[in-house]
Amino acid sequence: MLISNMEVVPGKKVVKHLGLVQGSTVRAKHAGRDIMAGLKNIFGGELKGYTELLSESRDEALSRLQQQAELLGANAILNVRFSTSSIAAGASEIFVYGSAVVVEER
Amino acid sequence: MGQFGVFLLLLTLGYVFGRMAESRHYRSIHKREALLRRVLVLPDKMPPIEFQQHNSTLGTGSVVISVDYFKTIAAALRGLVGGRVNAYESLLDRARREAILRMQEQARLKGASAVFNLKFETSRIGDNAGKALGSVEVLAYGTALIPQRHATA
Repeated sequence: MLISNMEVVPGKKVVKHLGLVQGSTVRAKHAGRDIMAGLKNIFGGELKGYTELLSESRDEALSRLQQQAELLGANAILNVRFSTSSIAAGASEIFVYGSAVVVEER
Repeated sequence: MGQFGVFLLLLTLGYVFGRMAESRHYRSIHKREALLRRVLVLPDKMPPIEFQQHNSTLGTGSVVISVDYFKTIAAALRGLVGGRVNAYESLLDRARREAILRMQEQARLKGASAVFNLKFETSRIGDNAGKALGSVEVLAYGTALIPQRHATA
């Protein structure tokens, strides 16, 4: 599956549009990581636990996006956008969306 | 008095360790930026014609950086009088540059020569009981263009 955030794919042409596909996941941080984060808020620096957590969630959202596109029979997802929102204290939603298309070698 | 002592201690710890972390991070950013300069990063929507034969794939890089205690207090004081909040400016600058660097590293591993249509996504997470900025996440993403001879399917 080709995933791109451009509207066009170099060297390929879009032959069919299959509409919007989306994938989302809501993740909460666990308490241990939160305590570490509390300490980091004093000393500063990168929160590696959170970085990993969020990038795992993003992979999850992307794989859901991909599943949806496969169901529609697409072979590419274009114009992909990410969006993150903290919906409650300690939980955030990762959302990814794009257009499912069928592309062909030009 | 004891409470004030704790406050001063936290402030000093934040200042010393925060400064150290920041200058260490900037050194590493400058070093890696020089190394990764050959992976072009552009916010352009359309790649030029030379990239017509390249394969494309999504490239992402993200980082979560925490504030330190000193920055929180400095920003709170700045909030009283208004103006530029230097403490947070450098924090966000570091986060954005780090996110781009990670995206570039990922793109280089895939054999890409350029990343087009760069987009940023910034969000705050883990707030200090909702009062101030706790930590900030920056995601950089774009389309990595890979010359065909490097294609990995």
